[in-house]
Amino acid sequence: MKTFEYITPETIDEALELLGEGAQILAGGTDLLGEMKRGLATPKRLINLKGIQGLADIRSIPDGFLTIGSLATLSHLAEHPLVAQHYPLLIEALQRTASPQIRNIATVGGNLCQRPRCWYYRHSAFPCIRKHGEGCFAMGGQDRYHAIFGGHRCFIVHPSDLAPALMALDAEVRIAHADDSRIVPLTDFFVGPRDSLTQENILTRQEILTAIRIPVPPDNAYGTYLKVSERKATDFALASVAVSIAWLDTQVTHARVVLGGVAPVPWRVKQVEEMLIGDELSGKRIERACERAVDDATPLRHNRYKVALVKGLLRKALHAAHRSREKGEK
Amino acid sequence: MNRYGLKEKIELRINHATHHIEVDVRDTLLDALRDQLGLTGTKRGCDMGECGACTVLMDGKPINSCMLLAVDVMGRNIMTIEGLAQDELHPIQQAFVENGAVQCGFCTPGMILTAKAFLDHCSNPTDDDVRQAISGNLCRCTGYRKIVEAILDAASRLRRGKRHV
Repeated sequence: MKTFEYITPETIDEALELLGEGAQILAGGTDLLGEMKRGLATPKRLINLKGIQGLADIRSIPDGFLTIGSLATLSHLAEHPLVAQHYPLLIEALQRTASPQIRNIATVGGNLCQRPRCWYYRHSAFPCIRKHGEGCFAMGGQDRYHAIFGGHRCFIVHPSDLAPALMALDAEVRIAHADDSRIVPLTDFFVGPRDSLTQENILTRQEILTAIRIPVPPDNAYGTYLKVSERKATDFALASVAVSIAWLDTQVTHARVVLGGVAPVPWRVKQVEEMLIGDELSGKRIERACERAVDDATPLRHNRYKVALVKGLLRKALHAAHRSREKGEK
Repeated sequence: MNRYGLKEKIELRINHATHHIEVDVRDTLLDALRDQLGLTGTKRGCDMGECGACTVLMDGKPINSCMLLAVDVMGRNIMTIEGLAQDELHPIQQAFVENGAVQCGFCTPGMILTAKAFLDHCSNPTDDDVRQAISGNLCRCTGYRKIVEAILDAASRLRRGKRHV
């Protein structure tokens, strides 16, 4: 690991002033330290945000949003009473994230900003395009964990479990900048390889992700997060699905469907959401939704199985939603 | 706001004692424990936050000591396996011994500390609760059955112990 200057600002303004070429934000560090140990990240200055007061707070605010400070740990979020009450979908995603030890350190903001787990990207012997090198080694190589949607010269998948779940809840992120701050829908936060081959989100070098806001879900909403991985614990998704559905009587009035582990960004399937709204969630409609979700999949040589996983997970999630409505559960 | 360069003198609170040590700013908590303080009960396995062999308790919660910089844990209360036994073995350690839950022993300190944090909050766990709790600790001898039995046994020892107090 190359050496660095380590700084502990006490306010966001101080932290923003310290940003610049060679500077890197440290939150939980469970991803960054791995990158530094492998020589993938070589910051000259490490700006630790843990000393900034209030940045790890989770609170409900009067206008109905839950605000999660970007430095809140994953275990803090999973244990929060408001999350259990309104967003059980998030708890399902958090329980399937990494390990208990990692969840006690890793932060919500860091989880959204984590780098890809592609084994060519993570291995120092492969100068891939995401490391300013040449080409993608997964193309024509070992591509079984790679993208079936949205790939373009690079076929990473976004590794987060939390991101699809937050996106299904219409979350927004607050981004601080020395001149002004902005609030951006989480759906606009992530950046695919068509827009950038070297970064996975819209943050510039002058910005810090400070909070995530989630609106209260609509009445009668049901949400679930399902994930398949090779190991049950401490493993990334081969595929996952976050679903949030709401009804008026038997008619679906609100639908969010977001896939994880299958595209360079958390993959929202709007065409499925649109076809679910306005009708009952019948078995036939669920089957059509599952077909529709994988319409534009372009699997590589060894990852066609992910198409079947997505269909199976979505089928399971939509049937669970249907059963919950029949039981009159929330 | 504090700035730290290459070498720094820091204060760490470990097993209820305060230590003043000089660390490289790049040292992880695991490096400081093993190399500076000689607390080699904490094991270095993968050094990437995946195996749980380096588990210690920070403010009572299990964490991977390889995934935190030593300079980042000033002011926190750290417990390592060396801090668990008092005059005699801790009931969890005794249960591991008596249930044959130790094979090569490399995962044992991490397993025991994870179990400690878990049993502090859950006094009457099921088999499945225990498996969830230790899901971040790999045992490559794959002696999980005995480890789960030892933790369940430790839970009942701790319940009995409480009744006597």
